[in-house]
Amino acid sequence: MSSKVVSSLREAIQKVGLRDGMTISFHHHLRNGDYVLNLVMEEIAALGIRDLTVNASSLFDIHIPLCEHIRSQTVTRLQTNYMSSGIGAIISQGILKAPVQFRTHGGRARDIALGHTPIDVAFIAAPTSDPMGNLTGKTGKSACGSLGYAYPDAIYAKKVIVITDHLVPYPLQGWSIPEIYVDYVVTVDAIGNPNGIISGTTQLTRDPVALVMAGYAAQVIENSGLLRDGFSFQTGAGGASVAAAKYLKDIMLQKNIRGSFGLGGITGYMVDMLQAGCFQSLMDVQCFDLKAAESIRSDPRHQEISALQYAAPGCRSAAVDSLDVVILGATEIDTEFNVNVHTDSNGYIIGGSGGHSDAAACAKLCMIIAPMFRTRRPIILDHVTCISTPGRDVDVLVTQGGIAVNPKNEALRQRLADAGLPVVDIHELKEKTERITGVPKIPPKGSRPVAEVISRDGALLDSIFEVPAR
Amino acid sequence: MFRSMLFLPGNTPKMLINANYFGADAVIFDLEDAVSPAEKDAARILVANILRDLDFCRCTKIVRINAIDTDDWKLDLDRILPRQPDLIMLPKASQPQDVLLLDEYLLAAERHSGRSPGIIALIETALGIENAYLIASASERVRALFLGAEDLAATLRCKRTKSGQEIAYARQRLVNAARAAGIDVYDTPFTDVNDDAGLSEDTAYAKSLGFTGKAAISPRQLQIINRVFSPSPDEIQYAQEVMEAIALAKEQGRGVVALRGRMIDAPVAAQAQQVLDAANRQGIKTEVLV
Amino acid sequence: MEIKKAAFAGTTDSCDVLVEISPSNSGLEITLESTVEAQFGEAILDTVRAILRENNIDRAALHIQDHGAFDCVLRARLEAAILRGRGAF
Repeated sequence: MSSKVVSSLREAIQKVGLRDGMTISFHHHLRNGDYVLNLVMEEIAALGIRDLTVNASSLFDIHIPLCEHIRSQTVTRLQTNYMSSGIGAIISQGILKAPVQFRTHGGRARDIALGHTPIDVAFIAAPTSDPMGNLTGKTGKSACGSLGYAYPDAIYAKKVIVITDHLVPYPLQGWSIPEIYVDYVVTVDAIGNPNGIISGTTQLTRDPVALVMAGYAAQVIENSGLLRDGFSFQTGAGGASVAAAKYLKDIMLQKNIRGSFGLGGITGYMVDMLQAGCFQSLMDVQCFDLKAAESIRSDPRHQEISALQYAAPGCRSAAVDSLDVVILGATEIDTEFNVNVHTDSNGYIIGGSGGHSDAAACAKLCMIIAPMFRTRRPIILDHVTCISTPGRDVDVLVTQGGIAVNPKNEALRQRLADAGLPVVDIHELKEKTERITGVPKIPPKGSRPVAEVISRDGALLDSIFEVPAR
Repeated sequence: MFRSMLFLPGNTPKMLINANYFGADAVIFDLEDAVSPAEKDAARILVANILRDLDFCRCTKIVRINAIDTDDWKLDLDRILPRQPDLIMLPKASQPQDVLLLDEYLLAAERHSGRSPGIIALIETALGIENAYLIASASERVRALFLGAEDLAATLRCKRTKSGQEIAYARQRLVNAARAAGIDVYDTPFTDVNDDAGLSEDTAYAKSLGFTGKAAISPRQLQIINRVFSPSPDEIQYAQEVMEAIALAKEQGRGVVALRGRMIDAPVAAQAQQVLDAANRQGIKTEVLV
Repeated sequence: MEIKKAAFAGTTDSCDVLVEISPSNSGLEITLESTVEAQFGEAILDTVRAILRENNIDRAALHIQDHGAFDCVLRARLEAAILRGRGAF
């Protein structure tokens, strides 16, 4: 055969034999600019296929139409690693009968590879593809950079349909996923909106509190004993996390420290660190902005890695195993250092672990950056509303009013205190915050679970309950 | 004495609640230019509450009241003084009588509460520049002069620039007047919050003229200002040596102190002590060994 | 003390609270919208009632739109609204 290109999405779906009750999957590299998931679901609904499980590595507000398909029972089960707050609020009202299964990025990849969550049909949005299905995310009008989360789907799904808006002659040069995994190729006008796929440039936050916390974070790293030649680092995409990367770069340049690799979740700030010589390479499972996408395209030191290589537990090894420091966020943290990134304090789903728990479990130092309060809500609680990452994997909490170190890490606490940093006991920090905000009432949880949080080792870590509509 | 002082708008809770955490050595709760006339009543109540209920262990608390020629300044003080601010900033200080008027009011309040704040005189008029020394020495309560170059440029009828030639005289006159009166002096804010290089240059220049520190209009300016005005390790080292030389001389009953071929007199000693105090404030441990 | 006229203080900005007070003939009517309702709704109402009591106000209509203001900010805005509603500055 000389081409796997079929005339329409409908034809591809029919040819792979999609039936009621099957599992379909999507990657989330087109983020909040993705058209593909909605396009596919429309076709599936029109074909009258029902009772499907959707395994999407993440879901964004652009995917809210999925809720209609849930209400109509086209989709009856959901597996994902992250759900943004708009779609999360709807799911929190309990439109699904079966609880959503939240995994980590590493856990999802592992479970697909080991056949725990088998995929019947994987739909792979590809910014560029050739007619046989050699594909990449690095080029095309809808370029997204790394396609890390699509690898397990492509490799292990029973059938793979590639959807592209940029078909090039065979063979594509510099493919990410090779043709050997692909069954059919479909062309559409646009797989996504470029503005929603990738942010233009990651701007340094203007929020003064975030900048203060970022400054402390960089100093914690500086005094952790881990900042030396060969240092490796991952940071989130939030304001303070990105600013911390900038401050860390300044310190590394000043001290002439040659790190080994940056990992993530890559923003332009990590690319700056690579270009300045702070790292020898970047290992990239997802590009957040134009600078990262451009860099992965043109710089051989900037390498695409699969979700498996990024963080899968139980692999022979994964990149997170070699990670020195990770900076992460939190909606809540408790006095045992358990962290919540799934819900807000009212119990609404606003996110998910993503790579949070994977990096926290494996990095030598896991640092959480969070303000003491968000408007009046204190962030430090007796118990988090949902445990996303267990306290045993968290080493330090950095707030604008003090730095709390997990008691299991007394050596670190001593180092930071000796360096003159404002180290404080987490209970004191909680009380200090409550003196300012007042002690919050804890809203009662609903009775019906709407989601399960599955830890990276496969156990049920926590449940998320229905929030009744007001 | 502080490296940086940060203006915070007196009617904006979002900024006020984090006042203690931005990293400023001093915060200025602004009831004057940052607050519209219709909101002056609400702002003074808000600032009073913030002073009473929030913790400011890290910062000196300054309140900029409204000018002496308004009806507001007394109302401001009536609300604020019971909350024990550290310093009152007097805007548009143009003549020593302005200070005396404020001083009198503060004295009366002191009789009630037993404590009262010092004054920072904000010099932002041509007349104020002329009267700088008289203002600085008008009362024991005046702790510092502070240059307000934006308003000053208006009274001078010149354009305000980044290089600051138009305020060169004003800056030097204020430093001179303050030091002659034995008090501190603070430089005008750099108003382009996106120009870090310009801020760095402007701050370094202010330091070279002898300013004690500089005002900031955004928390993002504090890192640079604090860094420039922090004593360097060499300066700290020298200050320690000065204090050690003085202590040694005292122990040996010598009246004259010399260090590295230089006479150590009272002003040098005072400056050395200020450097050590500043270092200690930043958590740098200093030890004078004898 | 009488609330002589409708008045308001504060804003709908984050961390602030907009307090609108007006005369009423039927005792105290308090309505609250708050972004932190679940955590601090009761505490906000407690403070509102306490401030009204302290000022000897037993007849007034209050509408509170809160965006996560601290208690000291709420108290400040209440005091300012009452001051303005009294017709005094």
